[in-house]
Amino acid sequence: MLSANLSAIFYLISGILFILALRGLSSPETSRQGNFFGISGMIIAITVTFLSIGNFSTGIVVVLIFLLIGGLIGAFIAYKIPMTAMPELVAGFHSLVGLAAVFVAISAFLNPAAFNLGTPGNIKLGSLIEMSIGAAVGAITFSGSIIAFLKLQGIMSGSPITFKGQHPLNALILISIIVITFILCSTQSASLFWILLAVSFLIGFLLIIPIGGADMPVVISMLNSYSGWAAAGIGFTLENTALIITGALVGSSGAILSYIMCKGMNRSFFNVILGGFGATEQSQGNQNKEQRPVKSGNADDAAFLMKNASSVIIVPGYGMAVAQAQHALREMVDTLKKNDIKVSYAIHPVAGRMPGHMNVLLAEANVPYDEVFELEEINNDFANADVAFVIGANDVTNPVAKTDPQSPIYGMPVLDVEKCKSVLFVKRSLSPGYAGIDNDLFYKENTLMLFADAKKMTEDITKNL
Amino acid sequence: MEIDPFIFRLSIFILSIFIGYYVVWSVTPSLHTPLMSVTNAISSVIIVGAIIAGLAGNSDSIFNTSSVFGFLAISLAAINIFGGFLVTQRMLAMYKKKKKDK
Repeated sequence: MLSANLSAIFYLISGILFILALRGLSSPETSRQGNFFGISGMIIAITVTFLSIGNFSTGIVVVLIFLLIGGLIGAFIAYKIPMTAMPELVAGFHSLVGLAAVFVAISAFLNPAAFNLGTPGNIKLGSLIEMSIGAAVGAITFSGSIIAFLKLQGIMSGSPITFKGQHPLNALILISIIVITFILCSTQSASLFWILLAVSFLIGFLLIIPIGGADMPVVISMLNSYSGWAAAGIGFTLENTALIITGALVGSSGAILSYIMCKGMNRSFFNVILGGFGATEQSQGNQNKEQRPVKSGNADDAAFLMKNASSVIIVPGYGMAVAQAQHALREMVDTLKKNDIKVSYAIHPVAGRMPGHMNVLLAEANVPYDEVFELEEINNDFANADVAFVIGANDVTNPVAKTDPQSPIYGMPVLDVEKCKSVLFVKRSLSPGYAGIDNDLFYKENTLMLFADAKKMTEDITKNL
Repeated sequence: MEIDPFIFRLSIFILSIFIGYYVVWSVTPSLHTPLMSVTNAISSVIIVGAIIAGLAGNSDSIFNTSSVFGFLAISLAAINIFGGFLVTQRMLAMYKKKKKDK
């Protein structure tokens, strides 16, 4: 049996390994090593926990069985999941972290002696506060992530669900959570603990339903952050350094990602969270919908334009993920490269449904990561490029964001696609994007609309090259 | 006057937030998806609490309400640990540099 001090040191080591795991992600070369550090940290933490209990009775068999069941399910999912389903997977995983935090909190509340926290009905005040916070945040993470998962999976409509009095109701529930926690801590009442959990589940659900599909990058990052704070709350209860360090790391990681995503949309965090984007603007978008002329073409025209170009910039978006067009796109680019045409990819921070979504899909299609550029890195190159190939992106290319102060997306950083000599825009129809506004780019002189499914169109272009 | 151990944990917590802040800003944007899946995996170190909870029930029987919640939490966290690390590894293996020749 390991002494408490020695196990604390091992928990610290695993915390440091987790820091190194994140540090590794600063570049793709070091990232694989980073992941290895993360795995080692986890193995150390789990082993130390077993050794510090040191009570190898029949209970340990049950623990190992449950561990194995979970592990097999997790490994199975990890190998089977298609890369396009990554946002759903991450949302699903967040919900599990949240639920695990809730279960550990329940367990600690029912049997505090096992964690040295006192006896039922007489739990140390500090521990009870920490436990309640961990449980409440865990519950919010769980139900919020479930909604995010359902929206991403398309089981639930991606459009915002709003109703009258939504915000006052949410505010009321949030206040009641604080009040319940306060009374719970002074009375130690078990029924209040269950009420706290129920109310937290409810608010998680209510907070996410008004948020629309394209705001999912913010929501996923935010839930990522919550799952970290929940883990940290439990870490304080269990007085476990590894959990406290990890919780803080994950919490700040998610918060930074949310910030980057909000900045990518030029919206404040509260604006996104309060939801309902696009609901008010839609009417305005419909008013000035006089039919403006657009030029449309076919795969042949597109192939002709690209063959005569010397540089092409590809702008992928969520539509590419939906159409699973990344492999077809890579094949098209290969053909272009054979003709000595320079090709690069431009990724907007909020392209897709989660941070880095497009990068993973391109990597899956064997696109080398040094051909893929972020908005700031590549935006000046559009003016010198011959062709911009927009595939599945829309709002992030809309020049209105720079020109029209009335527009809901005014001020959002956009890719300067219109500065290219010619723009090829693959889209299924002229329908507006998520923000519910028309894209001025459609009507520009140098834009050629390619109305088709992204994957099919890309394949057809390749044939014509 | 002795310092409450809570203050030490709070110090670790706050310093870790700062470490997290600087480390995560240095993560390249193209690896943000693996970042999310790996943070998922490491936050499942909560399994430590689940194991303690699961093994706490053997005074009279292995299964009581408290330990059953522990067992369930073990499975949930294990899904995340294995799933999170493996899917991250799968993603990271795909990030390749341009071949030098050509």
